[in-house]
Amino acid sequence: MGGGLALLAPLAVLGRATLALLAGTGRLTLFVLQILRHALTPPWYLRELGQQLLHIGWLSLPVVGLTALFTGGALALQIYAGGSRFNAESVVPSIVAIGMTRELGPVLGGLMVAGRVAAAIAAEIGTMKVTEQIDALTTLSTNPIKYLAVPRVLAATLTLPVLVAVGDSIGIFGGFLVGTTRLGFDAATYLDNTADYLELWDVISGLIKGAAFGFIVAVMGCYHGMGSGRGARGVGRATTKAVVSASILILGANYLLTEVFFRA
Amino acid sequence: MIAITDLEKSFGPKAVLRGITLEVPKGESLVVIGGSGTGKSVLLKCILGLVRPDGGSITLNGQDVTGKGREAFLARFGMLFQGGALFDSLTVWQNVAFRLVRGPDRRPRAEARAIAVEKLARVGLGADVADLHPAELSGGMQKRVGLARAIAADPEVIFFDEPTTGLDPIMAGVINDLIREIVAEMGATTITITHDMSSVRAIADKVAMLHAGKIRWHGPVAEMDSAEDPYLRQFITGAPEGPIETLR
Ligand SMILES: Nc1ncnc2c1ncn2[C@@H]1O[C@H](COP(=O)(O)OP(=O)(O)O)[C@@H](O)[C@H]1O
Ligand SMILES: [Mg+2]
Repeated sequence: MGGGLALLAPLAVLGRATLALLAGTGRLTLFVLQILRHALTPPWYLRELGQQLLHIGWLSLPVVGLTALFTGGALALQIYAGGSRFNAESVVPSIVAIGMTRELGPVLGGLMVAGRVAAAIAAEIGTMKVTEQIDALTTLSTNPIKYLAVPRVLAATLTLPVLVAVGDSIGIFGGFLVGTTRLGFDAATYLDNTADYLELWDVISGLIKGAAFGFIVAVMGCYHGMGSGRGARGVGRATTKAVVSASILILGANYLLTEVFFRA
Repeated sequence: MIAITDLEKSFGPKAVLRGITLEVPKGESLVVIGGSGTGKSVLLKCILGLVRPDGGSITLNGQDVTGKGREAFLARFGMLFQGGALFDSLTVWQNVAFRLVRGPDRRPRAEARAIAVEKLARVGLGADVADLHPAELSGGMQKRVGLARAIAADPEVIFFDEPTTGLDPIMAGVINDLIREIVAEMGATTITITHDMSSVRAIADKVAMLHAGKIRWHGPVAEMDSAEDPYLRQFITGAPEGPIETLR
């Protein structure tokens, strides 16, 4: 009898984990639906939206810009090294541009913003939760999802494509710098090559990815912040969960979107 | 009027409220006393719909709190939270005027600011604090700002959650007097939570003692000192020996 129960124990653990995952997914789905509903119905808090556009967009520029610059440079070196194995060094400009716009711009931009913004949102909202500020909002007839989550989600969804576009440009510029100073490309030829092979859809698809990743970042920050446990420990955990889950969801969503956009 | 019937609430295996029945008629000042962790704040949060009760009913002017009545109730409601719960991203006047610049009856910012400054003066704070952030204020000043925010829109019902906890006795006395004056002047219905007996005597019309998830004693403040209940007696005198279990 005891032996039989011991055999069942791993199954019970598995079952509990599955149930927890399903319940979590359900809660998150409901949360997203609530955000969408509140985003579409008045009142809209435009002042908060403006502040978040500044916080999330403007203040993320240095991080995203630096990431793109170094990545573009490294990419040029790698493609040159790889290309030289079959005498195709001339592909450097076009592959740097395509790689940045389709993949690295949005993914690295999304991940950097996940680290910066999802953490900041979760910590801020989590602290508001444990200090009863969220309850205070409700007693002041203000819906916390409408007042806190909607402006953040809108701001992140709108600004991440812009950040990605800036990152794309800086990344291509990083490749150009390395290409012309270290790899012996002629500046005019490098730029011609970039422009000739880059298609509009390469850029647009990356911007769409950026919007999706911005949405993910802000939703995970708000979701975990509002679900924060009590005390400083609760807020710390919420912050970690927000960053980890946003990063993983970004990578997963990136694969899915790439599959949808580019499968031959 | 606020009517609570057989209210129950547990967190996991821990039964916090085990059948609370209470009535607070219009214009009355009820003070709820009880030890730390007995569920006083949870009781208020159930009334406000911030915590979902497991059983029982709560009605406000005859309407269930979970229904449509809640928004209308909250529109005429104010609360001073235990920790102040001031919004730290906003300045002091923006905190006080929070309700005034939002919602259907919103006012122009200049007018809202003027009302906020007036309410700050009412709680003894000068106009110079209006543009500070809450983090720049002392605990006593934060409590006063919380009080000013609670009364900013002239509510009909006000809850005070431990208004004097963490304050020195003089500041506590000041806050007690303020609450009593404001309540008298506004004619509001109030529930105050405290374990500070000086607050009870300053603020209460009626007193209810919460113990072990139930209302142990409920009556007019004048009868409190002559009441026989041993739990209430121990709480009033603060004796370490008595029926209330203490951990040491
Ligand atoms: N959100 C919550 N989750 C779990 N336990 C809670 C929660 N809120 C309150 N409690 C528990 O309920 C009990 C009563 O809390 P509270 O009402 O804050 O006490 P107090 O009477 O000091 O205001 C405490 O033991 C507390 O740990
Ligand atoms: Mg409490």
